[in-house]
Amino acid sequence: MTNNLLFDFTVDKAAKTVYITREFDAELSLVWDAFTKAELIDQWIAPKPMTSKTKYQDFKVGGKRFYAMVSPEGQERWAIQEYTSITPKTNFKMYNAFADAAENPELPGSEWDHTFSEQNGITKVSITIYNESLERLERILDGFTQGMKMSLNNLENLLATLSKK
Amino acid sequence: MRRDIFQAIADPTRRAIITLIALQAMTPNAIADNFHITRQAVSKHLRILTECELIKQEYKGREIYYQLEIDKMKEIDKWIEQFRKIWETRFNQLDKVLSTMKKQKK
Repeated sequence: MTNNLLFDFTVDKAAKTVYITREFDAELSLVWDAFTKAELIDQWIAPKPMTSKTKYQDFKVGGKRFYAMVSPEGQERWAIQEYTSITPKTNFKMYNAFADAAENPELPGSEWDHTFSEQNGITKVSITIYNESLERLERILDGFTQGMKMSLNNLENLLATLSKK
Repeated sequence: MRRDIFQAIADPTRRAIITLIALQAMTPNAIADNFHITRQAVSKHLRILTECELIKQEYKGREIYYQLEIDKMKEIDKWIEQFRKIWETRFNQLDKVLSTMKKQKK
């Protein structure tokens, strides 16, 4: 089932932009919630074995989500997402920046644009991520790969479980 | 100064040079003939590409030829592939969350 869903991922290094498109077997309102409600975001956004925890979220233009990606050893990597534009169930934009635990941002960050559309019960999400600095993109990846390498077995088990469904 | 493959491909002229010599090894003069910029500017790009280890020099007689380091180019693909995998994992997790949400709704 999952295999039929579109997944497109391209990186334009020159434009410092990542383009991601994915279809989900769910109606738009559910997918919108999964992308915009912190308690749901925390359930999927961190690639295991990392976990995500949101300290607070205020989903409105000018509002923020202050959260951390937590490694298996408990190391926290804080970041702030500031919502810059919201068109309910259609599009939202945000500015994402790393931060310290006291909520001081480390600039530059990245600009995120999410567009949602539904057809025949399948919801398509297109994400554009623009990074002012390529080093930052690499940093994100380094953090994740370190966390992921630590329990690659867990990850493989998870993927195996998921693919059975 | 930081030198890596991403810096190498961050510039449009350098990307054009890479595309050119991917087809065949070329002398600096032959490369420069393809651009409307000074030879010095082309030399500078070639130097950066060399420092990034994306191209290497090879002597054929008295001529220097530049050729592409294919393995180094593959590093970019590898990097992108890792990044893609992170998103794949995320979305697989999201599929599961959505499926739970659907059940709760019913």
